[in-house]
Amino acid sequence: MQGVKLPVTVKCEINVLLIAVTVLGLLTRLYGIHIPASVVFDEVYYGQFVSLYMKRVFFIDESGPPLGHMILALGGYLGDFDGNFVWNRIGAEYTSNVPVWTLRLIPALCGSLCVPLGYLLVVELGYSHFTALGASLLLLMENSLIVQSRFMLLDSVLIFFLLLAVVSYLRFHKAPKSSLWKWLWLFLSGTSCAFAVGVKYMGLFTYLLLLGLAAVHTWHVIGDKTLCNGKVLVQVVVRFLVLVVMPALLYLGFFYVHLILLYRSGPHDQMMSSAFQASLEGGLSRITQGQPLEVAFGSQVTLRSASSKPLPCWLHSHKANYPIRYENGRGSSHQQQVTCYPFKDVNNWWIIKDPSRQSLVVSSPPRPVRHGDIIQLLHGMTSRFLNTHDVAAPMSPHSQEVTGYIDFNVSMPAQNLWRVDITNRESDRDVWKTILSEVQLIHVNTSAVLKLSGASLPDWGFRQLEVVGDKIYKGYQQSGVWNVEEHRYGKSHEQKERELELKSPTHDDISRNLTFMAKFIELQWKMLTVRNEESEHKYSSLPLEWITMDTNIAYWLHPSNNAQIHLIGNSVTWTLANLALFIYVLLFLTYLLRRRRKIEDIPEACWEQLVLAGVVCSGGWVVNYLPFFLMEKTLFLYHYLPALTFQILQIPVVVEHLYTHVLRSPSQHKAFGGVILAALCSVYFCYRIFSPLTYGQPELTSEELAALRWRDSWDILFRKR
Amino acid sequence: MEGRCGEGSHTQSPSCAAVRSRKPCMDTGKHREKASSKKTEPRRATRPSSSDTRGLNGTSTEKRLRYSDCDYTPLCPLLSVAALSLCTRFYRITEPPHVCWDETHFGKMGSYYINRTFFFDVHPPLGKMLIGLAGYLTGYDGTFPFIKPGDKYEHHNYWGMRGFCAVLGSCLPPFAFLVVLELSHSTPAALITASLLIFDTGYITLSQYILLDPILMFFIMGAVLSMVKFNHQRLRPFSWSWWLWLLLTGVNLSGSLGVKFVGLFNILLVGINTAWDLWRLLGDLHLSLVDFMKHLIARMFGLIMLPLFLYTTIFAVHFVILNRSGPGDGFFSSAFQSRLIGNNLHNATMPEYLAYGSIITLKNLRIAGGYLHSHWHLYPEGVGAHQQQVTAYLHKDYNNLWLVKRPNSDDFTWNPELIRHGDIIRLEHKETTRNLHSHLHEAPLTKKHLQVTGYGINGTGDPNDLWQVEVCGGKKGDPVKVLRSKVRLLHRSTGCVLYSSGKTLPKWGWEQVEVTCSPYLKETPNSQWNIEDHVNPKLPNISLHVLKPSFLEILLESHIVMIRGNSGLKPKDNEINSKPWHWPINYQGLRFSGVNETEYRVYLLGNPVIWWLNLFSLGLFVVMVSLCCVALQRGAKLGGTKKGKQVLMEGGGLLFLGWLLHYLPFYTMGRILYYHHYFPAMLFSSMLTGITTLDLVGMLSTKLGSFFYLFHPLSYGMNGPLAHDPTSSMAGLRWLDSWEF
Repeated sequence: MQGVKLPVTVKCEINVLLIAVTVLGLLTRLYGIHIPASVVFDEVYYGQFVSLYMKRVFFIDESGPPLGHMILALGGYLGDFDGNFVWNRIGAEYTSNVPVWTLRLIPALCGSLCVPLGYLLVVELGYSHFTALGASLLLLMENSLIVQSRFMLLDSVLIFFLLLAVVSYLRFHKAPKSSLWKWLWLFLSGTSCAFAVGVKYMGLFTYLLLLGLAAVHTWHVIGDKTLCNGKVLVQVVVRFLVLVVMPALLYLGFFYVHLILLYRSGPHDQMMSSAFQASLEGGLSRITQGQPLEVAFGSQVTLRSASSKPLPCWLHSHKANYPIRYENGRGSSHQQQVTCYPFKDVNNWWIIKDPSRQSLVVSSPPRPVRHGDIIQLLHGMTSRFLNTHDVAAPMSPHSQEVTGYIDFNVSMPAQNLWRVDITNRESDRDVWKTILSEVQLIHVNTSAVLKLSGASLPDWGFRQLEVVGDKIYKGYQQSGVWNVEEHRYGKSHEQKERELELKSPTHDDISRNLTFMAKFIELQWKMLTVRNEESEHKYSSLPLEWITMDTNIAYWLHPSNNAQIHLIGNSVTWTLANLALFIYVLLFLTYLLRRRRKIEDIPEACWEQLVLAGVVCSGGWVVNYLPFFLMEKTLFLYHYLPALTFQILQIPVVVEHLYTHVLRSPSQHKAFGGVILAALCSVYFCYRIFSPLTYGQPELTSEELAALRWRDSWDILFRKR
Repeated sequence: MEGRCGEGSHTQSPSCAAVRSRKPCMDTGKHREKASSKKTEPRRATRPSSSDTRGLNGTSTEKRLRYSDCDYTPLCPLLSVAALSLCTRFYRITEPPHVCWDETHFGKMGSYYINRTFFFDVHPPLGKMLIGLAGYLTGYDGTFPFIKPGDKYEHHNYWGMRGFCAVLGSCLPPFAFLVVLELSHSTPAALITASLLIFDTGYITLSQYILLDPILMFFIMGAVLSMVKFNHQRLRPFSWSWWLWLLLTGVNLSGSLGVKFVGLFNILLVGINTAWDLWRLLGDLHLSLVDFMKHLIARMFGLIMLPLFLYTTIFAVHFVILNRSGPGDGFFSSAFQSRLIGNNLHNATMPEYLAYGSIITLKNLRIAGGYLHSHWHLYPEGVGAHQQQVTAYLHKDYNNLWLVKRPNSDDFTWNPELIRHGDIIRLEHKETTRNLHSHLHEAPLTKKHLQVTGYGINGTGDPNDLWQVEVCGGKKGDPVKVLRSKVRLLHRSTGCVLYSSGKTLPKWGWEQVEVTCSPYLKETPNSQWNIEDHVNPKLPNISLHVLKPSFLEILLESHIVMIRGNSGLKPKDNEINSKPWHWPINYQGLRFSGVNETEYRVYLLGNPVIWWLNLFSLGLFVVMVSLCCVALQRGAKLGGTKKGKQVLMEGGGLLFLGWLLHYLPFYTMGRILYYHHYFPAMLFSSMLTGITTLDLVGMLSTKLGSFFYLFHPLSYGMNGPLAHDPTSSMAGLRWLDSWEF
């Protein structure tokens, strides 16, 4: 009790400016966010994932990691959204069960908080509170940031975490040595980095910039010879753990939550491996639940190709033969076609037969097929053996044709023996397991490997996928690996009975589970490699058009009148930002060269401050902008917003530097002050002028709209009366 | 300036110490510099070993020492390296006597030079010109067609071209030898590097055929060698050898860029090195700004102006030699084509003004824009309306012909009437008799634009077939001049303008270029067309003197065409594509010739031991340098020679940078990649191996030696106090309590 000093007092300092800009931020972003009550632009895309979260249905979205979708889904959860809405058309009216306000709340909150964060960032860079106020006002009146914050979109969330990460890192860097707060700021910075990357992969760029900055600072710590080696080691290790290891673990954590939440099978099952699908409730697991685990002689199986390029498919045959002559004049064996078919079908069933016995049923006890065993594969419905021979395949003439063998009595003997090669075996006598084993089928006579060529057959092959025997197959290729997906032990001796049996669903029960890491790796790999067909969008644009805002995006148009919402930025701010960047680069280069000749125009501390501000603001712009030139995906104006945010923060930094270090006489100061005031006013007026397109109200007449078309390349919509 | 902190002056000025201490670890910043400048005294002893210190403050004795050190080139090893590499490259050079792999391209292009026929290729011309020259000098007459790999050469003289490539390929090991020798002053390191290159199967294979790679790598190595030599002339600026190596660097740079655009990476390496050098000079306050400007201008002349001049000269020669029409014509503009003998535009005669009833071809004015084209194929289901495709096509073809008609009547039997600015016309495709048509459907690729199709039968169509002719810069009533007028076609009913986007259509469109109707009416070359061929029997033909394009225009045009061509080399569907990460691990080679057992087979694959050794030493290098840097940053005094570390960090750093610059950019490339793209990077990696392994061996041996020295009393006998006594000669060496001395 003696340690406590009475009375307990709390000292409270409130930065009224900060509170004021926060309130203004909230006002501009939250005002009327439930209007329009219809689907706005990319809500149509993110909405479907929110619905799937609400219904706990598994999906895979290659556009980004799951955290962003989860944050949006949190809004749905708070508003008790049941997920019942068809997200199919921009502009569709929301039904009453969709909690529009809560769905849009979280992005809007994040967007509003970016305004005070901009303020804090400039303060942390060592500039005055006036400058910081200027920065936050510019962010406040940036129409494009407002539009992007007010809907169920992810960019404002991303920008929020990016700014938070930078601000907290700067706090960490400036904090006095070894206080607890210092490490808490670092912790916050690492966490926000992970969150930013978790929302969109784009966050990675700023994360890398921050890591670079941290590496330089750490390098200084290493060079600090007043510290002993042990302390340096602790510093380095802690920074590494918090900024590298922890974000990686958090990233894994997002996927963990994602997979825990989504346990039902859904529309994207087909993209995943059989084992993954079997771990989801419903879907494949309903079929595979209770299948026998070990494949035995006499088993009835469907064989799925491990490669999902171009499509996931199953080994298939049907009552149709290869044409005697192809269009280009080459001949075929005219035997039965064997293909790969992307749909479930009774013709996908094959029976595994022991070449030395006649029986087509599983003996009791079952004799399992092991690695290295020789088998024959009998097509269930047509009773043809899987066969390959030295005849060129229809579409890939370098490989062998694969057929269901028909004896035409033309001295073309059956070559239907296949050796089972389990690629993921643990021992050389491993048993072939349903779903789990990945198997290569190697032809005994020619040592060709059964493989999906990737080409599709023309009309005579019903446009199904071509299957070939590849003689020069080497290494591990997914296209040459198959796994048993559906499986049951065959019981019927007669063909007719067997056909009935094949048509009936499978049954029995075993549960199999993948570990989290296995699921994560598969999911992550699919997300990074699956490519949706990228086509140009009506509003897509090129990175070069972004700097000057030569393009816009129409987000929404009122179904009956001219009210509309556009992603258009504040032209004045964009111009100022470009100008500021240019001036900064000029200043930086001048100082750099003059310093090299030992001419010091500004004090050392001021130079360091300028460099740090440049690294954060200009560096932030560079890392968030330039990589888009290398990307081949469809790009939109909103991809530029993170870069723009950093670029805007550069304006007040440059202004303050010019004011204190370049302009010397009081008269110049006065004139410059006037210029700043005029610039702020024009920013405000530009914001006001475009606010009808930002908020979607009030409705404008066609003439007013035409007047707003400041650039010929902007698409502003006019409703024909 | 010299001698201010040299042997003679006994006062050690702090600025000299600061300059000296900056070098051992390149960019650790001023922070450390300040710290180290405080302790100048202990460093005195180490001074003579740092070559850079000598660079600024060295005395004459040191200078002499160093010059004798670097001017000494061990001739005997160098000659044996050269002889060995010639032997390995020339052994069985004429085998196989048929076309292998890309010989089909580069051999063919060599023949084009001999025949002076114009062609188009995605690479700059120097390499092929040299191949052509080599063939010409060795008696190849340019008649072999080089149609496909596997064709037998028979009586044609192909050995000259292969031999030329092999000679250049054999220069690589000696060059690498000299570079490493220059960087490390160690013959063993240089020998290790040279033997890596001599005995690498990949380099041998790549040097034995008619390919651009040996030529490219020759220039790359030449540039690196001259650059390293030039760096060494630092002490004697503006001496004749300084100028020689500077100019040679420039010449080699233009050579490497003239062979393939990969030479750009090489230019980047030299550029970074030069920038670093200039930065060092700028910070040297003893050098006046005037002197610095002299340095700057000399480098700008040697490394920018001279290469640029040579590079343009290469193109000038290219255009002068190739003066006959050939397979590459269609890629270029009408004006360009009029230069070529045999082209239909060369000294062409045709009606001067466009009239109704004319049959014309329309060429897009965008550089490498095609001819307006249509053919008997429809847009597939789901891509706009199911009507006939209209595309832009780069080759001359009868499907490019269009008939100009009046908007309403097909009757143009009477006097031909000229078409004027603002007139409305229909364009009928000559071959399929469909009209050029547009309507409110999305274009296939550029979704902001409208689709353009061929519509109607036998020239009857609908109001959507009407186009208004507009001459750019013209006014109402101006006639349309053939070749010289820039024409825009405005669609009557939708108000859009005929436009070529430059995007390649997928397979259904035969990978031709998309044509759309753009609602944005800005005047760009994409929406401007000129009339190239013009046939109208009713009008008199007039000889046309088209404005010949200037050389700079031709140069610019051919570069844009090349860059477009390069980015157009996209991997085809289902084709196994080589990925950059495959390369350093030697994952998959390239089949040069033959597939089956019966054929003569050649396979390009690096010597696995060498490649994996290189990979290992890359890792080793990174580890060693980072350990070294951290230790120096902590202010630790490292054992071993200073020189070894400097070689490792500066020489090795330069080579490592070279490797990065020649390797990493491939990760960002969208075009199709091949295994042989890694070979330039591999040169740097091999040289790095030489330096790294030697340094490791050196470090180990000095360690062993010093510990031998410390422990030698054990065997040669000791006396005095035992080791636990601090005054003992063996104090501190009793590492285990169980040792009894």
